[in-house]
Amino acid sequence: METPMTRNTTSYSRRRKQIYDLLTHQILPHIILLPAAAIFLIPFLWMVSTSLKPNEQLFAYPPVWIPNPIMWENYPRSVTYVPFFTYFGNTLFISVTSMIGVIFSSSLVAYSLARIPWPGRNFLFLVTIATLMLPSQVTLIPVFLVFKNLGWVGDFRPLILPQFFGFALYIFLMRQFFMTIPQELSEAARIDGANEFRIFWSVILPLAKPALATVAVFQFIRSWTDYLNPLIYLNDQKLYTLQLGLYQYSSQYGREWGLLMAAAVLITLPIIIIFFFTQRTFVQGVTLSGIKG
Amino acid sequence: MSVCPAEYFRSAGQRFCDSYQASTGEQRKAWLRMTASMQSAPEIRSRQGWSRHTWRHFRNGIIFASPWIIGLLLFWIFPILASLYYSFTEFNAIQTPRWVGMDNFIAMVKDTIFWTAAYNTLWFAVVSIPLAIVWAFGLALVLNRRIHGRIVYRTIYFLPTLVPSVALALVWIYLFNPATGLINVPFDWLGIRGPCWNACAAWSRPTMVLLAMWIIGGQVVLYLAGLQDVPQELYDAAAVDGANVFQQFRSVTLPMMTPVIFYHLVTSVIGAFQFFEIPYIMTGGTGAPDNTLMFYSIYLFKNAFAYFKMGYASALAWVMFIVILAITLVIFRSARHWVYYGGADFT
Repeated sequence: METPMTRNTTSYSRRRKQIYDLLTHQILPHIILLPAAAIFLIPFLWMVSTSLKPNEQLFAYPPVWIPNPIMWENYPRSVTYVPFFTYFGNTLFISVTSMIGVIFSSSLVAYSLARIPWPGRNFLFLVTIATLMLPSQVTLIPVFLVFKNLGWVGDFRPLILPQFFGFALYIFLMRQFFMTIPQELSEAARIDGANEFRIFWSVILPLAKPALATVAVFQFIRSWTDYLNPLIYLNDQKLYTLQLGLYQYSSQYGREWGLLMAAAVLITLPIIIIFFFTQRTFVQGVTLSGIKG
Repeated sequence: MSVCPAEYFRSAGQRFCDSYQASTGEQRKAWLRMTASMQSAPEIRSRQGWSRHTWRHFRNGIIFASPWIIGLLLFWIFPILASLYYSFTEFNAIQTPRWVGMDNFIAMVKDTIFWTAAYNTLWFAVVSIPLAIVWAFGLALVLNRRIHGRIVYRTIYFLPTLVPSVALALVWIYLFNPATGLINVPFDWLGIRGPCWNACAAWSRPTMVLLAMWIIGGQVVLYLAGLQDVPQELYDAAAVDGANVFQQFRSVTLPMMTPVIFYHLVTSVIGAFQFFEIPYIMTGGTGAPDNTLMFYSIYLFKNAFAYFKMGYASALAWVMFIVILAITLVIFRSARHWVYYGGADFT
């Protein structure tokens, strides 16, 4: 009599606990997370929706979510309304060269800071961290004036060249990564008579591919989405980047919202694609640059 | 498990380090005394000059770091000093700078737009930073439960930070249109008229704060990573002591997360002063309505590149630099009272 009863109550209480766990661990969180997800998705979804709208639905109220008819032709029109592919080519060129420059320079410097025990490297590391705290506005004007005196304002050089001198955040990121590689590897290579560049090139860099990938992705996105520097340095429309190009989707009737949003989607898409393929690298990079700081 | 101290390793090497780990407290004290005496040895040597070994490392270190050393001089040290000099001059970027002493700073005190811009920026910082901390931390806390689709959520929260800010700002202009924008729909459901958003002075600043809440994906990722680093043993110990969920949060989660909050706080202060692209694009660079969206960095930019008052703009930049430095220092000073570094190692 008693045994089944107890079994019954325990299984009952166990089930109650299961339901409670299900509620607190699976259902309640989603009640919070789902609306939040909707909020975060709205700008992008609205961008896509608007890019497919016919003109008369652009300012319809209540707003139209699913355009009718779906204006796929907004996309071909969008890339011909302004010289989109010229801007695309310019932006790609700037982003890729900046990426190569910053990877090469930052990894060399990070190697020096992490793998060569030279007197003064701690000081240099401290200065590097300090520049991360410095507002870029302080250096903006003199750097502009230097490029102006060199006669480089108006072309890509002010946007690309500084990347060949390293970037503090990436130096920091790669240094942290290089530190995790056992020092014995370098010692062994040194005993074998390898010079420092050989060790850098054939021992450390191949091991540091995840860090290099992170920096590559970060810099590509940084150049791709940069607005302030092209705004300051580029004045010839043929040399505009995509971000500046977005400004040109307007006629005497105001902004061409459909075409503008189509272009915005096209500009955002490469970043989202890169993010999806490198998500782990990306998240690690964000974490490493934050936590260990 | 005890870890061999780094300076001990450097001076004594791996073999000593192994025996250090195997040692007892008494032996350790003796060894630490020994290393202390050993550390004065390189000092003596450095007085006579570095060994050949050190010289070689020094040469290689400098060569490898040379791009950045040159970059530092070219793009940081020189510009900082140059902008300090310019801040005491009148300079239109074409003629040579003319020394005017403190005139720029005196003009600044009398410049009403400067005060408006400073006020707007501080207002934005004071309101948006605490909200962003609570919002990002809160989302990360919920995400940290072992739930289905965590990666999908994280990706979605990250999405707005991936949209270029020009595109984002343009979408927001459209979304927040006081007449036909999507944002008014929930207000219609409630049967009330939505506010006028960034079109009128009363609501423009809160609108900016609201917009800033969209671009916290990076911080969510940071908090989430921090939460995953909190050792499970601490929660288990707290649970054994009978702490409920809220007590666990107060005495385990929150203290362990203070370094991440600290980092978020420091970077957002700098970020708030540099908040530029979104208000610049949304207001067409005017800071309208009524200069309520004239942020400090916009005003600086306009002085430099629209009015070509490079001297005045440099003075603005230096004031900003000093204010950021002061605020950051205060935060760093306060850190010892509220930031818990027990779990972190700084090697």
